[in-house]
Formats: sequence, C-alpha cells, structure tokens
Amino acid sequence: MSMPFYVAPEQLMKDKADYARKGIARGRSLIGMACEDGIVLAGENPSGTLHKISEIYDRIAFAGVGKFNEYDQLRQAGVRHADIKGYTYSREDVDARSLANSYAQIIGQVFTHDIKPLEVEILVAEVGSAPGHDQLFHISYDGTVVDERNFAVIGGEADAIAERVERDYREGISLADALKAAVRALAGPDRQIDPGELEIAVLARSRPRRAFRRVEAAETAQLLA
Amino acid sequence: MSLPMFPPGDGPGPSFTELLHRVGLDPPTPRAQGGNPPMELRHGTTIVALRYGEGVVMAGDRRATEGPTIAHRALDKVFEADRHSGVAIAGAAGPALDMVRLFQTQLEHYEKVEGVTLSLEGKANQLGQMIRQNLPMAMQGLVVVPLFAGYDNRRGVGRIFTYDVTGGRYEEADFHATGSGGRDARTTIKLGYREGIYKATAIELAIDGLYEAADEDSATGGPDVVRGIYPTVATITAQGFQHVEDSEVAERFGNLIEQKKAMGQRP
Repeated sequence: MSMPFYVAPEQLMKDKADYARKGIARGRSLIGMACEDGIVLAGENPSGTLHKISEIYDRIAFAGVGKFNEYDQLRQAGVRHADIKGYTYSREDVDARSLANSYAQIIGQVFTHDIKPLEVEILVAEVGSAPGHDQLFHISYDGTVVDERNFAVIGGEADAIAERVERDYREGISLADALKAAVRALAGPDRQIDPGELEIAVLARSRPRRAFRRVEAAETAQLLA
Repeated sequence: MSLPMFPPGDGPGPSFTELLHRVGLDPPTPRAQGGNPPMELRHGTTIVALRYGEGVVMAGDRRATEGPTIAHRALDKVFEADRHSGVAIAGAAGPALDMVRLFQTQLEHYEKVEGVTLSLEGKANQLGQMIRQNLPMAMQGLVVVPLFAGYDNRRGVGRIFTYDVTGGRYEEADFHATGSGGRDARTTIKLGYREGIYKATAIELAIDGLYEAADEDSATGGPDVVRGIYPTVATITAQGFQHVEDSEVAERFGNLIEQKKAMGQRP
C-alpha cells in the first residue's frame, strides 16, 4: 500500500487558491454597479451568445468570470433554485442573499474537498425598490461572500479596476454615466473597448416584474456617446 | 434550501416539471377510479380567443360557480403565459389555476436556462403535455380545458390553440370559445367575424360573444355594472401581451348595448 506524502493544510489551500486565481486571471473582469435606474452589469465578452451575465429571477441577475462551463453550471443551478423557491412559496420570497449563501456553500465545499477548485468568481445582484436598496454579493473561488456597497468588480484585475471605478463613482449616478464609468474602468488608461466587444445588462428598477434586460450593441454605443 | 446541482449529462435540462420531479416536489396524481368527485367543485366557464390583423384577442367572463351557487364574482381566467402568449382557463378552477402557474414557470424556466424563448408551437405542445398529465384527475371530474393563444414571432401572425381533456392539441383558423357558454359565444363571434378585422372590432366581438353566452348560460357571468366587474380582455401582438383596461371594456359594453338598441333588438 502506498502512503500519500504529507502536505501541510496551509500549503494545500495556498496551492489551490493560486491555481484558481491563475485560472480566473486568464479571462476578462466584470463590473456590477448600482445606479439611479437600477443595477448595470458590464464586462468584456467577444461572444454574443455565450453569456457571462444572465437573468436568475424577477429582480436578480448573475454574472460570472473564469471557466465558462463551471460558472454556467452554477448559473443554471441558481435559476433552478430560484424557480423552485418561487413556485413553492411565492415570487417575493426569492432573494439574492439566500442564493448567494447557497452558492458560497457549494463553491466552498468544492474548494476544500475536491482536488480541483472551481476557477470562478461570481456576482449575484438584486435590484431594490429604491436607490440605496440594491444588493451586490461577490462570491470568490473559495466560497467567501462579500456584501459589496455601490459596486463590485470580479475577475483577475479586480483591484486595479475597482480603484478606477472608485474615482468616477458617486451615489445617484445615472445609467449612462455608470456605464461610461464602468467601461472606462474596464479599459484602463491606454485602451478603448469597442461597443461590440461588450456584454451589458441592466436590472431596471422601473420594470414591473422581470427587471433584467440586455443592452444590445446599438444602445450601448448610444449610451456611451 | 440547497442548490439543485446535477452531474453533467444527468440533469433535468430546461424542463421545470422534470426538475420538480427530480427534487421530489411534483404534485401527487391520484389514480383514476372513475366516477364524479364527492364534492362540488369550483368551475370557471366561458373563454374566447379570436385573431385580428395584428395578433389575437383573448377574453373570459369573471364568474366561478360551485354547483348552483356563485363561488366568486371576479375571478380572472385570462393570464399572461409569457411575453408573447396567453392562456385562458375553463373547467375545474383549482387544478386549472395550478396548471397556469406551472405553465408560466415552465416557459420562463426554459427561457432562462436555455437563453432563448420556446417557439409558439413548442409552448402549445408543452401545455398539451400538462393537460395529458392531468388525465387521471380529469377522469375523476377535475377537467381542465384551457385555450392557448400567442403571437408567433417567427411567422409574424397570431395563432390560437385548443385542447381536449386528453391533451390533444388543435390549431384554430380564426377564433374559438370553450366552457359551458362556449357554444353561444362561438356562434355570436362566427356571425360577426371577418378576416383581418381591426383590434377595436375584435374586442367588441369578443365581449359580444361573452355577453350572449352569459345570457344563455347560468355559469357565465355577464357585465356587472353595479359592482363594476367586466370580462378580462387582453391582446397579444408583436409588442407582447397587454391587458385591456376595465374602463375601456366598460365603455365598449355601453356601446354594444346602444348598438343593439339602435338596431331594434332587445338587449
């Protein structure tokens, strides 16, 4: 019988974290930002069909970065969780906090128990009835949940981008200004992003039931002008 | 509640009913024993749908009966199934309302999981399967016969589908009405129907159909001017499902009565 080598738990966790971080850093980052009209989610995505940002429920959206198949599986599980809950209880009983916690459980479980951690970072956003009541939950590859205020950045360059967003962000920012700030922050000082390369969605506060809508390239160009 | 995760290749796919089944939440179906239910059930009655130039009009009366008594005066029987389709119910109210809620969730669930909406044909087939699954209940008297209509974005036309208790799906050319007053409503609409009519004419024809049905059928409610209860009317076009305001329906009812009087009829 072969004996496995002893590896210190600290080392094991560190190796897994490094592995996950490296995987996530290969893709582009993504921003979720609360504004006057709701929550705007923006990220770079050259594909028009493989979405990073999607609808979960009436007031809840999902965004993921990292490995597509992994976060897409999480997205589907989120849709299932929300639809079952809404059908069993009531539509208003579906909330982002409970969903974010469920995600954290799963991702944390995989991180500690499986050989390979999930190479994903996700954002669960819920638009509130009034500005200031929006929620943004940022869940990392190890299952850490952070309840972010005003905006959240996920992905490899999150810290640098968050710094840039901080400079432009103010409370009660309009949708167009929020989008401009987000795209500027994603691009950085010496780069321009073509509107066709962006994936943008909005959780619009004013929409009656399903708040989620995608902003197509033509509208994006208009908002960014 | 934990997150429903499934191993790759073994998930319920985009089907919500299959998902309910997989997580053990599907409603138990009683075995067919034949005979009538031991108690009086709530029933919803006349519903109509007709095509016009830009889409479809759906309408339904508001009365629910429990045997000979009126159980509810303001029951809605016309629902938005999703953005471009609607479903109207006749038959046992309890299972019918349940079916509508499941159907709405099923369509939305598919749309969210797959990222695209089902075709109108696909939605109509889904509803047929749900009615088929209700067959054991239907054998015990809990019959649900909905009417499904929607705007087919791929073909650019409004379409109407009817069903029988076995889940059989039939597409109607121009209009249809079901429920205990369905026959009277159908005849009324047939007499006034022309191809490519305008929205206003279509709405008037739909409420005329319901009015005549209420006149002949005790289980169909007519316009209740005292309480201000009027039929539910909705249109489905390329712009989506839209309820017609109560005030507009009330006004059109007024006009309808005036017209009948002017023609020398006794309304």
